[in-house]
Amino acid sequence: MVVLVSFIQRELRLLARQKADWLNPLLFFVIVLSLFPLGVGPEANLLRIMAPGIVWIAALLSVLLAAERLFKDDYRNGVIEQLVAARQPLLSFVLAKLLTNWLSTGLPLVLLSPVVALLLNIETAGFVAMLLTLLLGTPLLSLLSVMGAALTVSADKGGILLALLILPLYIPLLIFASAAMEAAAMNMPYHGQLAIMLAMLLFAMALIPMAVISALKLNVS
Amino acid sequence: MFKWLHPFAKPETVYHLCGRFYPWLISAGILLLLLGNIWGLAFTPPDYQQGDSYRIIHIHVPSAIMSMGTYSAMAIAAFIALVWQVKVAQWSVLAIAPVGAIYTAIALITGMAWGKPMWGTWWVWDARLTSELILLFLYLGVIALSGAFTDRQTGAKAASLLAIVGVINLPVIHFSVEWWNTLHQGASITKFAKPSIDPSMLWPLLISILAFKVIMLALVCLRLRTAILLNEQHRPWVKAMAKGQ
Repeated sequence: MVVLVSFIQRELRLLARQKADWLNPLLFFVIVLSLFPLGVGPEANLLRIMAPGIVWIAALLSVLLAAERLFKDDYRNGVIEQLVAARQPLLSFVLAKLLTNWLSTGLPLVLLSPVVALLLNIETAGFVAMLLTLLLGTPLLSLLSVMGAALTVSADKGGILLALLILPLYIPLLIFASAAMEAAAMNMPYHGQLAIMLAMLLFAMALIPMAVISALKLNVS
Repeated sequence: MFKWLHPFAKPETVYHLCGRFYPWLISAGILLLLLGNIWGLAFTPPDYQQGDSYRIIHIHVPSAIMSMGTYSAMAIAAFIALVWQVKVAQWSVLAIAPVGAIYTAIALITGMAWGKPMWGTWWVWDARLTSELILLFLYLGVIALSGAFTDRQTGAKAASLLAIVGVINLPVIHFSVEWWNTLHQGASITKFAKPSIDPSMLWPLLISILAFKVIMLALVCLRLRTAILLNEQHRPWVKAMAKGQ
């Protein structure tokens, strides 16, 4: 527990000193969102129909952008190698990474959602659904992207490869999240989609940390 | 059992075993494929609803079944590779992946060709089509990841890990036609109930499925042999064999 807290403190300190790492993906999210009205035309009805897809695709891409640098510095500095060599259980390191990754990329997206709702003409019911899907979905995005980053940390062409690996795994989440938001926009119940998203999140929470640990180990061996 | 299985983890044994199996497998596969497809395409009665265009089933269904079957074979090999650190299993993951990717591509393309006359469109975003497309992306991801490292063994291990993670997609594809009522029809062959397909069409279909399976095994044998030679090229037994010829 003490180890976990100290790892979290370390990650937060690193985030505070390297603001570009988490500010740039957020800026990217807002820019992608504002590109859509320019691209398809600023008609309010059209935007309202397309909003679920736009929000979630922008969220996927910005989380992916943030994931690329997640383990790179620690790998180059030899931090990961030292942790593996020291026979320390990597679990607390990985959990700290997951938590701070969500705090720095997922949570800001949730906090930005009122602005997004204004930009895309989303009404109150749709806004609540968007908030809920983002709250349930962004931790899962973090889990998957941390796994992708761990797999490709020592690969030569990390960035584009990461997208290739992780985007297919994002697809189920994208389907259920935008289905929930569409149902909400039509004033229909969307508990089913939320329940499935929660189930996916819990399943991933139980299994992905193990995959991350073994991916890190095989990258430094 | 492990004592009995252990010699098969040795690359040299596997190399010769694959060499012995390959001619049988490939000739049996081609024979079965000719038998199943000619029977299915020329000698079965036309469907009462779909006429003659249903006949693509003899390529579409075997490749779709084997796209998933090949993935599970790859995932089992990946599991063995990571848990027991068997090198041959790592190489077989990489030997299996392109074969499975091609099967998935065949299933998608024949499905599109079938969908055009039946549904009036090449592609719909239905659950089964989408999940099969994700399967193709997963195969491509495994192939891309294995080639992305300077150290070939790290690449093989990382690809194995990704293959195991992707197993989550298999039940989704398999049950997608039951969970979501979509355009794609349900399964025609089931193990437990009486098949909803007429016996005159069922037999050539089963033979085609077997043919695709045997050809998959033959291709994997061939690719695995090449992979073993590539990875073991500095070992004495490979050098001795190269000199002997």
